[in-house]
Amino acid sequence: MINGNLKASYAADERVLNNSYKQLFVYGMMAVLACFATFANDYMILIACKMGILLIAVVGVNILTGYTGLISLGHAAFVAIGAYGVTILDNVLMGVVPEGLMFFVIVPLAVAITAIIGIFVGLPSLRVKGLYLAVATLAANFIVIFLIEQDLFAPWTGGMVGVNTPSPNLLGWVLDTNREMFILIAIIAFASLLAAQNLIRTRVGRAFIAIRDRDYSAEILGISLLRYKLTSFALSAAFCGLAGAMFAYFYARILPEQFELDLSLELVAALIVGGMGRTMGPVFGVILIVMMPEVIKVVFAYFTGGDASAARYTAPLQEIAFGLLLVFFLLKEPLGINQITDRILRAANRWPFARG
Amino acid sequence: MLKIEDLHLSFGGIKALQGISFEARPGEITGVIGPNGAGKTSLFNAISGFYTPDRGTVYFEGRDITGLSPDKRAELGLARTFQNIALFRGMTVLDNIKLGGHTRLKTNVWQALRYFGAARREELELRRDIEERVIDFLEIDHIRKYPITMLPYGLQKRVELGRALAMQPKVLMLDEPVAGMNREETADMARFILDVQEQFGTTILLVEHDMHMVMDICSHIVVLNFGQQIASGTPAEVSGNEDVIEAYLGAAA
Repeated sequence: MINGNLKASYAADERVLNNSYKQLFVYGMMAVLACFATFANDYMILIACKMGILLIAVVGVNILTGYTGLISLGHAAFVAIGAYGVTILDNVLMGVVPEGLMFFVIVPLAVAITAIIGIFVGLPSLRVKGLYLAVATLAANFIVIFLIEQDLFAPWTGGMVGVNTPSPNLLGWVLDTNREMFILIAIIAFASLLAAQNLIRTRVGRAFIAIRDRDYSAEILGISLLRYKLTSFALSAAFCGLAGAMFAYFYARILPEQFELDLSLELVAALIVGGMGRTMGPVFGVILIVMMPEVIKVVFAYFTGGDASAARYTAPLQEIAFGLLLVFFLLKEPLGINQITDRILRAANRWPFARG
Repeated sequence: MLKIEDLHLSFGGIKALQGISFEARPGEITGVIGPNGAGKTSLFNAISGFYTPDRGTVYFEGRDITGLSPDKRAELGLARTFQNIALFRGMTVLDNIKLGGHTRLKTNVWQALRYFGAARREELELRRDIEERVIDFLEIDHIRKYPITMLPYGLQKRVELGRALAMQPKVLMLDEPVAGMNREETADMARFILDVQEQFGTTILLVEHDMHMVMDICSHIVVLNFGQQIASGTPAEVSGNEDVIEAYLGAAA
């Protein structure tokens, strides 16, 4: 049972971790992550890095879709722009910017470029909503991939065959192992989550939610739809651009096909499964979406006794499970895993006096 | 304070408003009444900027605001509530009311992402202001953390008034604040409206069907019928007016 919920100041009441369970959970997770970075094996680190990169992007999608209520099926484009942005900038600025500072120059630059492109992609949102907007953003995804693949830009993007990416150099510390990258990605992912949480407890984030819930009512309170919808697009794209930058740094080579519609759908699916419009939603969603194929692989290999000829069924099984999972959540728990954890937290708060 | 001059508005062939002219005097409660379909809500939508009138002008503190968008008018100090409660259903009472403070806050995106520092100071100041000026005032402190969907209708109406008050408006427009309420709830709401006028000196423009309340609290009444302004004056003048009686009760046989 929880005691000490009495708040004596507005500051105490406005805290995000406003009870001891939440504090325990968040600080506990940080400790777990620190242990993880030290003791996990290479494969686990690889999976965790994938999760971290995806998480940063889903935090971005959450700002747009979860909070502002604008659906996008083109966010993979922003991840691509972030990834290619970092790679190209690194090549272009090589020798101009000292190597140790390169990361601190080109990552903000790539993120800023992504945000600006995000504003342009967001322009249709001022006219269309829902499904129509989804299709408009879908177009952005195809256009960006199309441009990257063009021979005209191939000297920079590598065209269809992709391009080799740099390793980050933080003031002389070159992060060329996955374990080092994990530390960087974990810190940036945590900072992204924190930034998103901060956003929604101030006027900007509240304005986003107001637009989602009732746009004319938002206008009457002095919220400019034009300005805040585009701000939401810019911020959302910026987080995806950041995820893209980490993507480029993490992998040795990037290809246009990694940023196609599949990725856009995966981002939206992770958000739906985790919980739209909730800070922790992306975390739960990404963990499930990334872990599920791994679990299926292990379980399937166990039952087939590691038979190599059966392994070709793993990929279709993973896709079927992915589809079933989405349908399950849409029907049974449309507010996602976050809703389940909320219920558990509420029950824990009341225990042992009441259930439900 | 708020002045309407010769306002015309039509939707296709339907003339919703035909030459409406009146003034909401500073610090007073002005009522707009009329039978269903008289154009009261159209008038409100034209004043708050959702409809652009075909002809005529809306003045706010002497300034022509006819061409401004709703959010610009809100920034000037024009607040309103809606006939069918337009609260943000995904949020708590507190967050809804905080949104009323939107135009007064300065936090930009950078400060919002960092929170600590300027944004936090501003948020805490907003919280204090809302608690002391709105939540205490409207006696809704017991429900401040409740989601809107859990509240009964009467309280939702009160929260919507609270959200408008958080804007610290100069002119407050209330679209049927007591529609669907019982006597006790109506009396409570009327008391809150009078308190707003008295404590904050807010100019109030009110659309309402409850004649008892309108006659009791308004100092000036405008009567509409089929988009036309058929009378205007004090409650006593209006209730004695032949045209008004005819509009409401039908002509004497």
